[in-house]
Amino acid sequence: MQVPSHVEYERATSVEHALALLGRPDHRVLAGGHSLIPMMKLRLAQPGVLVDINGLAELAYIRIEQGQLRIGALARHADLLDSATAGQHYPIFHDAERVVADPIVRLWGTVGGSLCQADPSEDLSAVFAAVRATAVIRGRDGDREVPVREFHLGPYETVIGPGELLAEIRVPVHPSTGSAYEKVARRVGDWSVAAAGAVLRLQKQTVKQAGIGLTAVAAEHFVAAEAEDFLRGKPATEENFSKAAKIAAEHCRPIPDQRGPEDYKRHLVGELTTRALRRAAARAAS
Amino acid sequence: MKVTVTVNGTDSARDVEPRLLLIHFLRDELGLTGSHWGCDTSNCGSCVVWLDETPVKACTVLAAMADGRSVRTVEDLAKNGQLDPVQQGFIECHGLQCGFCTPGMMMTARWLLDRNPDPAEAEIREVLSGLLCRCTGYENIVRSVRWAAEHAEDTAK
Repeated sequence: MQVPSHVEYERATSVEHALALLGRPDHRVLAGGHSLIPMMKLRLAQPGVLVDINGLAELAYIRIEQGQLRIGALARHADLLDSATAGQHYPIFHDAERVVADPIVRLWGTVGGSLCQADPSEDLSAVFAAVRATAVIRGRDGDREVPVREFHLGPYETVIGPGELLAEIRVPVHPSTGSAYEKVARRVGDWSVAAAGAVLRLQKQTVKQAGIGLTAVAAEHFVAAEAEDFLRGKPATEENFSKAAKIAAEHCRPIPDQRGPEDYKRHLVGELTTRALRRAAARAAS
Repeated sequence: MKVTVTVNGTDSARDVEPRLLLIHFLRDELGLTGSHWGCDTSNCGSCVVWLDETPVKACTVLAAMADGRSVRTVEDLAKNGQLDPVQQGFIECHGLQCGFCTPGMMMTARWLLDRNPDPAEAEIREVLSGLLCRCTGYENIVRSVRWAAEHAEDTAK
């Protein structure tokens, strides 16, 4: 039987109330709870006080505003999967959400919680890195914006400090952009063995901007930066996609574990990056 | 802390530890043992109940989170001695062998059918993909849900 250690529970009734409750380092935000509660049951997390933000409907939205896709931190995975707006601009979100956990878990797990959990195997971190999203972090003194590529400090660690709350994720919307996510897992609903997300902004057939995110292979900030640099300004061809994917596979640092040895994970990064780039390019053209 | 949860239409108030999981609240505090405590890791789905209108794996939610909300368990499926079509479907199509996963399967199926009264087989398989049947009786479970969809009118709600 898995039992969390003793904990206190507070329920926030507004964002301001949540910020007032989140004073000490051992306070933890409780959103969907589908990562935090399992970790508490394993005693890998032992927060002193849980601040439940599930009632904060003001943080649960997905909309276009000022040329940006804006996703409230409390939007559920199922909301993102169901959002035609998100899928229209960034099909990568739908690709990824179809393979995040299972449909019941997706009803509760939140987009913001996924980012804040900072699990190296979590899918959305790589997706938001690929699309160059910005995290809006709310504190008692107001908001600060942090690029998602600077949001994670390491496994299970983010830049969010005591008394702060992830409020929103903003994604710039550009024309002629395509995106895709490709994942290999051992079984339905499992964590990635490896996964790759790609975003391509094309001008005619030239890559104007490329974003490549990698999941579960210890890529720094979930990004394949060297592969992105290689692609920028080059023709969007199969040959260049293969070369970029090879660079991505060389530069990540997969750790051998029960999901596979290092060479297999590198092979997956190469193949999945190629496939994601190919689909992203096709979607940018259509 | 004191929590009050409307379980199957009845308010139930208990003094609980904030770390108490909803599945244990239902089974141990309220004696509603229809919901099963299975893998304890949100993988198997035997513990699925509805929290307000949304299915949840009750091993991965705190009873405290349900305070002031409503919970529906498998005990609430039959009404006035009349089985829910989903329950009847599991009988007709041999949808259970050992029965351990059945409460989660039925609560998830009921939720699906409320949203989509005529789901294709692929949709049923998709929505049940987060639930495990240790007898591996998936074919008959899917048939049972289809039976319920086809006989929604026969068995009065």
